[in-house]
Amino acid sequence: MQLVLEKRAERSNTIALVSPLIAIGLTIVTMSILFAILKKNPISALGVYFIDPLTDSYSLQEIAVKATPLVMIAIGLSLCYLANAWNIGAEGQFLVGAVAGSWLAVKTQGTDAGHWVLPAMLLLGAAAGALYALIPAICKVRFGASEILTSLMLVYVADLFLDYLVRGPWRDPAGFNFPTTAEFDPVATVPVLIEGGRLHLGAIIALVVVAAATVLLGRTIKGFEIRVVGAAPRAARFGGFNSKQLVLLTFAISGALAGLAGIIEVAGPVGHLQPGVSPGYGFTAIIVAFLGRLNPIGILIAGLFLALTFIGGEQAQIAMKIPLDVTKVFQGILLFYVLACDSLILYRFRLIFPSRQVSRGAG
Amino acid sequence: MELAEAIILSVLAASTPLLIAATGELVTERSGVLNLGVEGMMIVGAACGFGGAWLTGSTIIGALCGIFAGTLLSLAFAAMTLGLAVNQVATGLALTILGIGLSGLIGAGFVGERITPAPHLHIPFVTDIPLVGRILFGEDGFVYLSLALVIAVWLFLYRTRAGLVLRACGDNHISAHALGYPVLRIRMFAVMFGGACAGLAGAYLPLAYTPFFIPGMTAGRGWIALALVVFSSWRPGRLVIGAYLFGAVTILQLHAQGAGLGIPSQFMSALPYLATVIVLVLISRARTGGSTAPAALGTVFVPDR
Repeated sequence: MQLVLEKRAERSNTIALVSPLIAIGLTIVTMSILFAILKKNPISALGVYFIDPLTDSYSLQEIAVKATPLVMIAIGLSLCYLANAWNIGAEGQFLVGAVAGSWLAVKTQGTDAGHWVLPAMLLLGAAAGALYALIPAICKVRFGASEILTSLMLVYVADLFLDYLVRGPWRDPAGFNFPTTAEFDPVATVPVLIEGGRLHLGAIIALVVVAAATVLLGRTIKGFEIRVVGAAPRAARFGGFNSKQLVLLTFAISGALAGLAGIIEVAGPVGHLQPGVSPGYGFTAIIVAFLGRLNPIGILIAGLFLALTFIGGEQAQIAMKIPLDVTKVFQGILLFYVLACDSLILYRFRLIFPSRQVSRGAG
Repeated sequence: MELAEAIILSVLAASTPLLIAATGELVTERSGVLNLGVEGMMIVGAACGFGGAWLTGSTIIGALCGIFAGTLLSLAFAAMTLGLAVNQVATGLALTILGIGLSGLIGAGFVGERITPAPHLHIPFVTDIPLVGRILFGEDGFVYLSLALVIAVWLFLYRTRAGLVLRACGDNHISAHALGYPVLRIRMFAVMFGGACAGLAGAYLPLAYTPFFIPGMTAGRGWIALALVVFSSWRPGRLVIGAYLFGAVTILQLHAQGAGLGIPSQFMSALPYLATVIVLVLISRARTGGSTAPAALGTVFVPDR
């Protein structure tokens, strides 16, 4: 008796719908075991993680705040992944966007610059992110260098560059030597939606991005080309689609979105530039993209869910002394299960019972 | 001369983890599997390696713990990519994300602790020869092990039948399968070997390089090891050159920082990463005539019956 994987005649739409739910279920079971190993009550730990943040308005706003960069980055990444271009350096593009936008905020600090500052910052952030993402994309299409490795290496470079700026030229003179710029002026700050709340304009921008991506992928030729190049490269060649141009395009879009998310995060919830402005948004967004099955609406839901785990993780650390790394383990395991369950959309398991005579040597 | 000797010694030490991890990944990739989870397996190897050595006081047990942890993670990767035919790039990323979380969790209890670093070889008189003595005969065991590993892998790949079969799986899994070779099983062993090497390479960091554990201490070395495999055109010999070149860049930037050339330290720290990008571009560009990568690298294989 043998358990084998075999290709389905066509993709299973039922599994495509339920597989993220199965994956989340399996993750929760695994996490319960992990909590038990850490000698924490699994039921109350899961409650702190997934239920408590949904019960007060501060946490609900905080979930939306955390989901904003995740969704924006993941939308861009999903375009890349659909086109079979592997941008895994979104974290770096996020940081470079944050730096570029902050440059204007730092330069106009204390001047009587008007309300043009914030829009200009957002544009600068997006442009810088796009340019930074184009480096690995050009290395890929021009020289054939693996975009996976180059885009990731540039994350470390961006991180060190930001570190240099806030410890050196941009450090707040009145900041007691802390590595941070001064708080941005009001004209350089992303406005909040509800007075006194945390929810800011970025959330609206993220929703616009989701809508735009839905239209791009579902209603335009470019969107169609992106999907064909990834799913059927040969057919795309016959169709005359320029796959190199699409690699450049998807990288530029995803870099722009990551950069925009970066400057929104810095000019919004954080309020100044400092090291560690991102708790790994660029990497978590990879999980968001896959959990949302590279679909804009799916990504919106997945982004909110992953944001919930960030908030839940912080609360679990405070309330139950559960280490923050548990959140990362959780996210890694979740991605594992999502990918495993997705396999069942295209394949299925079958038990085969070979007859004794044939089974020898047939392996 | 003292300085030159010190520099060469530290270059060898900085290169060794890269060389070990890259050798393992080279075998994995030669079988046709791209495991991007090297960084994740290394960092868990570092945490488990330190834990094992700290609890038992033995470097060897620490190294074995690292190897075991790396192998275990690579088995999860094999189950996904070989058993379930999941995309290898995505699974490798998942492995790295998971590994970084796991290492933080495992290592939380050891942060701030110290262990005795791995002993260095000392042969009376021979090691004391000026200039070359300490470089050739005064290293820690891992340095010699890494070189032995490269030679063993070279012999295996090019001088044994099993090595030929493994390369066949990496170049054309359909033909290898048609000839009756168990492609998936061979790939599983190759992935496990890669995991064991990554775990050992990670364990080297707290066991011999710096005698303590810090979260995230691999600092992208797993990714650099992946780039080294590309640099080497999938050949073990060139891997040694590549690893020592990268070790040299790492150490030289540290010395340049120490010498205070007036260049911000962050720019110097960025050098190894920038060098990786530049080298990848140059190597890939030189190879426009035809790729030397295993032809089936990164593609899923589901045997038909």
